[in-house]
Amino acid sequence: MKKYDVRTTISYPTKGAMGKTGNWRVFTPILDKKKCVKCLRCWIYCPEATVIRNKDDTVDIDYEYCKGCGICADVCKVKAIVMERVGEKE
Amino acid sequence: MTSVMIDTGNYIAAKAAVMCKPDVVAAYPITPQTTLVEGIANYVGTGEFKGEYICVESEHSAMAACIGASSTGVRTFTGTSSHGLLLMHEMLHWAALARLPVIMCNINRVIGPGWNIWTDENDSISQRDTGWLQFYCSSNQEIFDTVIQAFKLGEHEKVSLPVMISYNAFILSHTSMPVYVPDQKDVDNFVKKRIPKWKLEVENPITFGNIILPHEYELVRKEMQEAQENALKLIPEIAKEWKKKFGRFHGDLLEFYKCEGAEYILLSMGAIGAESKVAIDNLQKEGYKIGLARVRVIRPFPIEEIVKLGKKADLIVIDRNISVGMEGALFSEVKSSLYGKTDAKVHGFIAGLGGKDVTFGDIETMCKKAMKGKTKDHQVWYGLEEV
Repeated sequence: MKKYDVRTTISYPTKGAMGKTGNWRVFTPILDKKKCVKCLRCWIYCPEATVIRNKDDTVDIDYEYCKGCGICADVCKVKAIVMERVGEKE
Repeated sequence: MTSVMIDTGNYIAAKAAVMCKPDVVAAYPITPQTTLVEGIANYVGTGEFKGEYICVESEHSAMAACIGASSTGVRTFTGTSSHGLLLMHEMLHWAALARLPVIMCNINRVIGPGWNIWTDENDSISQRDTGWLQFYCSSNQEIFDTVIQAFKLGEHEKVSLPVMISYNAFILSHTSMPVYVPDQKDVDNFVKKRIPKWKLEVENPITFGNIILPHEYELVRKEMQEAQENALKLIPEIAKEWKKKFGRFHGDLLEFYKCEGAEYILLSMGAIGAESKVAIDNLQKEGYKIGLARVRVIRPFPIEEIVKLGKKADLIVIDRNISVGMEGALFSEVKSSLYGKTDAKVHGFIAGLGGKDVTFGDIETMCKKAMKGKTKDHQVWYGLEEV
């Protein structure tokens, strides 16, 4: 990666620059893989790139960084993703 | 081959800017800057300017567009005046903190209300703290030479800061003078292609302007200060190189005029600085031991040079600006530079606000009052209060 020798506010691409943002979550996306039709809308729309696309176009959610915004659940046409309040099931 | 162009300060600035081949010019017209951007538009028409000319909807946008373009590593230029400069204020800080060498001419014009398009220097003086380097010119030739030098200086790897070249409304912006214009290839050799300190490009993705924590922010400010200090050394070097290549020299941080053996040194800027030379000639004929140090650069401020002057003479300062509630900027900064280093007396005058004419006769009168000790502790309003 190209780095610049100047003190100003440049941020370089890096995983988790703000720390493990998964602990910001109030709602958690729960994915039901049996319902998933591999349309990848969740993968396209996730603003934090925490929907991980697998080789066979199935998806997984990276809970270490997912902030729980719920966009993936909103765009899922087959309701394979639902949002659950953190701690509700336990 | 060098040619001679007889034209106004604005058209001369346009010529100089176009010869430096900026990739992007974004500008919004305002009196008395209008003919500067009109001049560049003419070069779009003739094909001499090959960059992108963006007509924007305000000066804030003009500076924002220059910042955006400069962020991609290309060369940028714009010009403005008075209220236009003030509308840019937020973006001026932004360009400097982002370390982007946007080059801009500012034609010093009065600030309203009190609608007035004549000259005074409160517009650019009020932008002193934005991190821009600031030059003040006193002739069309100096405008031409300084614009070209400004690209080299601002884009220098040890500086990488924006540069403002100011000159007085109408007295310079709309007055024709003969100016030597060098060959394009000589300008090309003098101002090399910009090598940016950082840039936005698809191949090397970065985010710019993200959150920054207190300690890191303080370091950003410190490095800006160091860059301005580097400019203090580079300005004389670039002026020297210019003299060697093109045979002209307008001074570096200051221009000294007949200072040998002087017991008093007059400090003035811009058009009053040019007029001051006539006053010094006349005063010396009358036997007064007085010389002139015309201040060309106020950011970075030439502290060491001012101290050297203060060690051999008393100083007289004329300000065409006022920080209301305190005094003129040059008066304040000269005294601040001398503090604890010399016990030179500093006499101050405010003159020429609102575009009021300041003739060599006026300058002689001010100098004589100072040399006869007829000034006050505060800066005297020339012509408005008895001394």
